[in-house]
Order: sequence, then structure tokens, then C-alpha cells
Amino acid sequence: MNRLSLTSLLLLVIRRDLLLAMRRRADVLTTLVFFVMVVSLFPLGIGPEADTLRKIAPGVVWVAALLASMLSLGRMFSADYLDGTLEQMLLVPQSLSMLVLGKIVAHWMLSGLPLVLIAPVLGLQFDMSAQALWVLIAALLLGTPVLSMIGAIGAALTLGLRGGGVLVSLLVLPLCIPVLIFGAGAVESVTTGMSAVSHLSLLGAMLMFSLVFTPWVSAQALRISME
Amino acid sequence: MLEVCNLACSRGDHQLFDGLSFTLSAGELLQVQGANGSGKTTLLRTLCGFVQPLAGNILWQGQDVREMDEDYYADVIYLGHLNALKDELSALENLRISAALAGCAVTQQQAIAALKRMGLRGRETLAVKVLSQGQRRRVALARLLVSNAPLWILDEPLTALDVGAVGLMQELIGEHLAKQGMVIFTTHQALAVADVATRQLALS
Repeated sequence: MNRLSLTSLLLLVIRRDLLLAMRRRADVLTTLVFFVMVVSLFPLGIGPEADTLRKIAPGVVWVAALLASMLSLGRMFSADYLDGTLEQMLLVPQSLSMLVLGKIVAHWMLSGLPLVLIAPVLGLQFDMSAQALWVLIAALLLGTPVLSMIGAIGAALTLGLRGGGVLVSLLVLPLCIPVLIFGAGAVESVTTGMSAVSHLSLLGAMLMFSLVFTPWVSAQALRISME
Repeated sequence: MLEVCNLACSRGDHQLFDGLSFTLSAGELLQVQGANGSGKTTLLRTLCGFVQPLAGNILWQGQDVREMDEDYYADVIYLGHLNALKDELSALENLRISAALAGCAVTQQQAIAALKRMGLRGRETLAVKVLSQGQRRRVALARLLVSNAPLWILDEPLTALDVGAVGLMQELIGEHLAKQGMVIFTTHQALAVADVATRQLALS
């Protein structure tokens, strides 16, 4: 029997999820539009005072990114659960953790990466400096994958539960607080003239840590949910 | 060889069966029988490792499947109540992706040939959502054709199939058994495979 190697399994799952998303583009766009709307509401609600806006910008962008990633978590496993493909995935002869990692990467590419790319444009609304924008992008690049990975655990645990969408937010949001603190903190420190390196390093450490543990934990959670 | 010793399963607080033992050797066909709610699906899902049994062991080639984990999955193909098809993908894409996940890369030609054999000629590139229930079932069953797993676990494989497709299934099972494969299935319809005695396992 010719089994796929782990990397080709990873690529296969990513390709499959991206292909599915291409056929159902509306789902991807809702997350992005939600993010843009929430961030744009703040300048409208608070008023055009540049000093205030500059001060709140990192926090607003990060909270909006957090909420937008919650919005898309429900889709990570539930469609596969409902049509039975998840059962087949549990029977993969390689590694379920690797498969879950593939799904997480695909989820990030569809819900995290677009936020990272659009964030600088939104940052301009808040009169952020060029340097702050760069740090914002770097922090989002390091932080949003962590949100997807922590979210995967919550999504796997609440699979098939009634009202799982709300429950997953309650489960996952508290766990995302460190990402929010260091993500927003990185931009803040650079606007106050300090270096953002320490904050970004901590975000990077969180990313590495979740990369190692969350796929395995989510895989176990999926097995529990499928019983 | 699949050996099941003293298996006990429950669903919620309700015990479905206990002390269930049987063995299945190469080339054998086993039909699980029982009324609705007697635990047929639970038994099959336990054999796949989705459900942990309350007690008892499942041995595959003499080894406990809980210790084998992924090596066991490479030898099993499971077809459940749900077809495990993605509505947005075509029959061909569905088949190739699910076969690759199950561990055997399938070329375009092999996949087309399998779908053709299942009577889906000309419908390979249609999205599965436009196919009928019976046609979807046929796409799901085409996985059996491209897999080389020795153990087939089929839960109600004949739902929504017409007479022709049922005949085809009998043929496929016959071929698989002739290649020293093993099949466990549940069905409420008659399924007779030529030259092979169907063993019965009754759950009460």
C-alpha cells in the first residue's frame, strides 16, 4: 500500500479546503467584511480626533480580528462533521494531528491572512504611522495563526453541540487574551518610542508553542466529539 | 484476521450488547443482523475505533487495534450512513480526494474507470449536489473500487440503490472476497454473493 507522506497529506488537506472555499466564496468574504465593518465603525462612533484614534487603533484592530476569527471557527470542522467526511478523516492511515494541522493552516489562509492584508488599509483610517503599520502587520502575522490554532481546539470540542457557535466563543476568547495583550502591546510600544521586539518575540513563542501542541490536542478533541 | 472477544458496547446509559465474540478470516462475509436500535451501527463504529467499547478487545492480525491505531486504519475502509461527499466538488474530485486521504493515490484514469464501473459515465465532472441520492451512493461506493484495504466495513451499503446497482455491489463484494478480502456489513435488503456463504451475526 502506497501511503502518502506526512507533507503530502498536509498539502492535500490544505488544497482540498482551499478548493472548497473557492467554490463557496461567500463564507470567506463574510469574515473579511465583518472585520472591515467593525474596525470602520470606531472612527465613525468616536469622532475624527486623530490623537484618540491613534491611541485606540491597535486595540480596535486586534479585538476586531479576534471577533472575526471567532466568526469563522464554526466552519472549521462542522461541515465535514455533518456530511460524514470527518469520520473518514479519523481513519487516515497517517496522522490525524497532521491532517488537523492542514485544516488549521487552510483556515488561517482563508480567515486570518485576508485580515493581515487588509489591516494596513484600515490602519490609515486611524492615522497610524508607517512604522506602527509595519509592526501591526508583523504582530497580526504572528498572532492570527495562534487564534486559528486555539480556536481549532474549541471548534473540535463543541462539534455537534446545539448552540456550539456561542459556546466556542466563550471557550476560546479567554484563551486568546494573551495574544490580544501582546499583539496590541507591540504596536503601542512602537508608537511610544520603544522597541516592539519583546512583544513580537513573545507572540512568536506562542506561535511555536501552539504549533506543536494544538494540532494534537484538537485531534484528541475530535476523537472525543465523534463518539 | 479480525477477532472480536467479549465486546460490550453501550449508547448513553443503555447497554446494547455484551459478551459478543466472533472471528472473521480472509475471504469471509459477515452480515450483522438485528432490529432497529439493536446496535448494528454502534458495532461497526466500534470496529472502526470511533467508539470505545465498554469491555472486550478487537484484534487485527493478532494485535490489539487500540495499540495499532494508524496501521489498522490503513487496512480498513468504512462506509457509513453518510456518504462523506462534498456537495461542491465533482464526483471525480470527491473520489480522488477521499482515496488520497485513505492512503492510496489514484490517477485520473483510475478514478474515471471506477466511476464508469459504478454506472456514472458522463457524470464524473458534475458537482455532487446535482446528483440523485442513488447516484451519490454510487460515488461513495466507488471508493471501494480504488482502495486496496482488505477489511470492508459497510453500514447499509444498499440504501437508495436500484436493482442494477445492488447486483453490482454483489459482484464487487464477490471479487473482493475472492482476493482474500473480508467484508462486514449490515443491510435490511437481501444480498447474496455467488459461491460464498454469508455468515450471520444476530444482535438482540
